[in-house]
Amino acid sequence: MTDKRHSILFWSGFAIVMALLFVSPYVLPPFWQRFLTEVLIWGLLAMSSDLLIGYTGMVSFGHSAFFGLGMYGAAAALLMFTPSLVLALAFGLIGAAVVSAFVAYFSTRLRDIYFAITTLIFSQIFYVIIFTWTDVTGGENGLNFPRPRLGIPGIWSEPFTATTLHWFVLVVVAGSYLILRRITQSPFGMVLQSIRENEPRTRAIGYPVERYKIMAVMLSGLFAGLAGVLYALQNRFAAPDFVFFLISGEAVIFNVMGGIGTLVGPILGAGTFLLLRELLGRIFGENFPYLIPLGFIFIAIIIFMPQGLLGFARRWLNR
Amino acid sequence: MGFLAAIPWDQVVIQTVNGIVTGMILALIASGLTLIFGIMDVVNFAHGELFMLGAYMGVVVFATSGNFWLALVLAVMMVAILGAAIQITTLRPLVGRDPLTTILATFGLSLILQNYALWQFGPVPRKIGEPISGHFNLFYLEYPYYRILIAVLSAGIIGAFWLFLKYGKYGIWIRATTQDRVMAQAMGIPVPLVHTAAFAIGAGMAAASGVLFGPLVGVNHVMGLDWVLKAFIVVVVGGMGNLGGAIGAAIFISLLEAYASLVVSPAQAVIVSFVVLIFTLLFRPTGLFVPTPK
Amino acid sequence: MSAPAAASLVSVEDLHTFYGKSHILHGVTLHVGKGEVVGLLGRNGVGKSTTLKSIMGLVQPTKGAVTLESQPIAGLPPHKLARMGIGYVPEDRRIFKLLTVMENLRTGLDRAGVTEARKKELLDKVFAYFPVLGERRDQAGGTLSGGEQQMLAIARAMMLEPKIILLDEPTEGLMPRMVSQIREIIGVLHKEGVAILLVEQNVPMTLEASQRVYIMEKGAIRHHAASKELNVNDPVIQEYLGV
Repeated sequence: MTDKRHSILFWSGFAIVMALLFVSPYVLPPFWQRFLTEVLIWGLLAMSSDLLIGYTGMVSFGHSAFFGLGMYGAAAALLMFTPSLVLALAFGLIGAAVVSAFVAYFSTRLRDIYFAITTLIFSQIFYVIIFTWTDVTGGENGLNFPRPRLGIPGIWSEPFTATTLHWFVLVVVAGSYLILRRITQSPFGMVLQSIRENEPRTRAIGYPVERYKIMAVMLSGLFAGLAGVLYALQNRFAAPDFVFFLISGEAVIFNVMGGIGTLVGPILGAGTFLLLRELLGRIFGENFPYLIPLGFIFIAIIIFMPQGLLGFARRWLNR
Repeated sequence: MGFLAAIPWDQVVIQTVNGIVTGMILALIASGLTLIFGIMDVVNFAHGELFMLGAYMGVVVFATSGNFWLALVLAVMMVAILGAAIQITTLRPLVGRDPLTTILATFGLSLILQNYALWQFGPVPRKIGEPISGHFNLFYLEYPYYRILIAVLSAGIIGAFWLFLKYGKYGIWIRATTQDRVMAQAMGIPVPLVHTAAFAIGAGMAAASGVLFGPLVGVNHVMGLDWVLKAFIVVVVGGMGNLGGAIGAAIFISLLEAYASLVVSPAQAVIVSFVVLIFTLLFRPTGLFVPTPK
Repeated sequence: MSAPAAASLVSVEDLHTFYGKSHILHGVTLHVGKGEVVGLLGRNGVGKSTTLKSIMGLVQPTKGAVTLESQPIAGLPPHKLARMGIGYVPEDRRIFKLLTVMENLRTGLDRAGVTEARKKELLDKVFAYFPVLGERRDQAGGTLSGGEQQMLAIARAMMLEPKIILLDEPTEGLMPRMVSQIREIIGVLHKEGVAILLVEQNVPMTLEASQRVYIMEKGAIRHHAASKELNVNDPVIQEYLGV
C-alpha cells in the first residue's frame, strides 16, 4: 500500500469514526451516551499509557497518580476560584505535570520491572498523601465541586449539557489522539521506539536515552492528567480511589486488551472492558465480581493474543 | 543531652519488638517472592493474594476444627497446590517471553484472587484465634506471647527453608536452576518441574505468613496489596533474588516503619519504606544488603 | 560419506537449525560410533557449537533427525537427554559458580537409581583423575581457575555416566600444561568406552585424540576423514582451517 493511499484511508476512517461519535448524542439513550463519554475519557488515559508501554517499552503501574492529580488539580481550581473551564484545565495539567516530572526524574533511571515497581510505589505515595491529608483533600470522602461553564473566556459561554460535554470530551480526546499519533511518528517517537527495541544500542548511537525517557513519561503523564480533568468535569468530584493503583492497573489492562503500540487499540480495550463490565453487571447483578471473568480474559489475551484485540483483528482482516 | 530524656524510651522498645515481629512475617513473604524471582525472573504480583488466601484458608480451617496448627498446615498445603496450578497454567506458557508479561499475568491473577476472596468471604474482616494465650508485661503494655511465637515460627520456617536449599538434593536443584537454567537442564535437572515446585514453595511460604498474621489483625480481601508492596520493597532493597538480603531488609524496613509510627500515623509510616526503596534504587540499585559487585 | 546407522551411537541426519531468521545449520550429517572419539573442526561461526546444542536439545532443529542408539531423540527436552546418557560440556564451561565443587558434581549425581556406593565410586574416580577437585570440594566453583573450572565441567558431565560427551572447545584459553591434561582425560574416557564428539580449534590435539574428524564450513560438513590420514599441513586442513 502506498503512503498516499494509506493516508487517505486513515483520514477517511478517522472522519467516519468522528462523525459517528459526533452524532451519537442524538441516537443513544442517556445512559449509553454517558457511557460512551466515559469510554473516551478512559481511552485517553489508556492511550497516554500506551506511549510508554507500546512505544517506549516501559510498563507504568503509576498512571493513577497522573490521572488523580489531574482530577485534584481541577478540583483545586474549581473550589478556589470562580469555576472556569480554562483554569480547571490549567490547574489539572500543572498538577499532573509537576507529579510526572517528579516521577519521571527518578523512575526513568530504572528499567523493566524496576520501572514498573517504582511507578507503582510513587503512585501509592501520592495515594497515601491524598488519603491522609484530610484538611486539604477531603481524605477518604474526596472533594465535590461545581462544573464550570463551557466557553471561551470573555467571548462566549454556556452551561455544559450531557451533549456538549460529550462533544467537548470528543474534541479533546480526538485532538490528543492526533497529537500523540504525530509524536509517535516524529523523529522523537522513532527514538522512543528504538529505545524499546534496544536501549543500549540507542545509547551507543549517541541519543541521551534518559532525557528521551523523561520526556516520554512527562508527556504520558500530561495526557493522563488531561483525562483526569475530563473525568472530574464529568463527575464533579475527586476521590482518592482514582489515585489508587487499581486505576493504573486498569489502564494497563485496556492496553493489553486492545493492543499495545497502536493508540487506537487502548481506546478499543477500554471500551471492551467497560462494556463487558456493564453487561456482566446487568446479567448477574450489581455485586457480581466482574473482575474474575475479566481477569481470566486478560490473562488469556496475554498468553494467546499478545497483539491484543486490534492486532488480532488486523491479522484476521489481512488473511 | 537533654533531648535524650525527651525520647519515650518505653515506646521505642515496644516499637522495636513490634518491628521485629512484623519484620519476620515480612521476611517470610519476601523469601518466597525472591525465590520465585531468582529462579524464573517472575515478579509475582499475586504474591500478596497468596498471602491473603493463606490467611482465609486458615480462617476456614480454624473455624471448623478450632486447631491453629492444623489450619497452618492445611492452608500452606492448599495454597502451595494452587501455586503449582497457577505456575503450570499461567506462567509456563510465558517462558521465553518478555519478563514484563509475567508481571501483567500475575497482576491479572491478583485481581481474580482478590475478587474471589471478596465474593466468597465478604468485606467484613475475619480473625483466626490465637494458638497460645497469655502475655507478659512490657512497660505499660500486656504484650501477648503469641506475637513472640509468630516471630519465632517465621524464623523457624525460614531456617528450615535455608537448610533445605543448602543441603537437600532438591535444594541444590533449585540453586543450580537459579544460576544457570540451561546448564541445569543439560545436567538432567527437570527445570520445568523445578520451576513449578519453587513457585509452590513460595506460595506455601506466603500462605504460612498469612496464617501467622491472621490472629494479629483481621483478615480481609485487600490485605495482600499492602504486603506485596512491602515485600517488593524488601526484595529490591535486599537485592533481587538474594535470600539473606531480603531477610535483613525486611527487619530493617519494619523497624523503620515501627519507629516512624511513633511520630506519624501508621498509614503515613509506609511512606518511609517507599522512600527507602527510592533511595536504594537511585544510589545502589543492586540492593543495600548485598556486597558491592566487583 | 555416511556410515551405517546401526553401528553408530549418535547419528545426525540432514540437520537444519535457525536462530530467529538466520539459517545456521544447512543439513549437517554426522555419526559417532560407540566409544569413538570424533573431532569436529572448522573456523569460528561455522556452526560447530550449534550442532552440539542441537543434539543436546538446547536449540530446536527445524528439520532433520537425531538418534541415540537408533532411537529418535530430536525434540526431547535436554534433561531427558542427559538422563539417557548424553553429557554436555559447553564452550564457556558454565559451571554453577555459587555452588561448591561437590554440589556441582551432585547436580549430575543425584539421579534416581544411583546407589550410595555407586555415587562414592564415581566421585572417587573423578577425584583420582582430578585431585585438585577433591582438594577443593567445598570451595565455590567460581573461585576455581579457568583450567580447574574446565576439569569441573568435564567431571560434572562424567557424573551422568554418559554414553557420549559433547565436548565444546575444552582447551580454549588454557595453558599448555592444562591442554595436555585435557588430552589425557579424553584418552581415559575413550579407554572407558565413553564416546566423545569433540569440537575444537586446536587441530593437532584433535587429530591426536580422535579416530575420525569432520570438517565444517558454512553450516555443513565439507570433509570427513580418519584422523590418521590427515596431518596439520594437509591441503584440506589448510583450505578449511588455515588462516
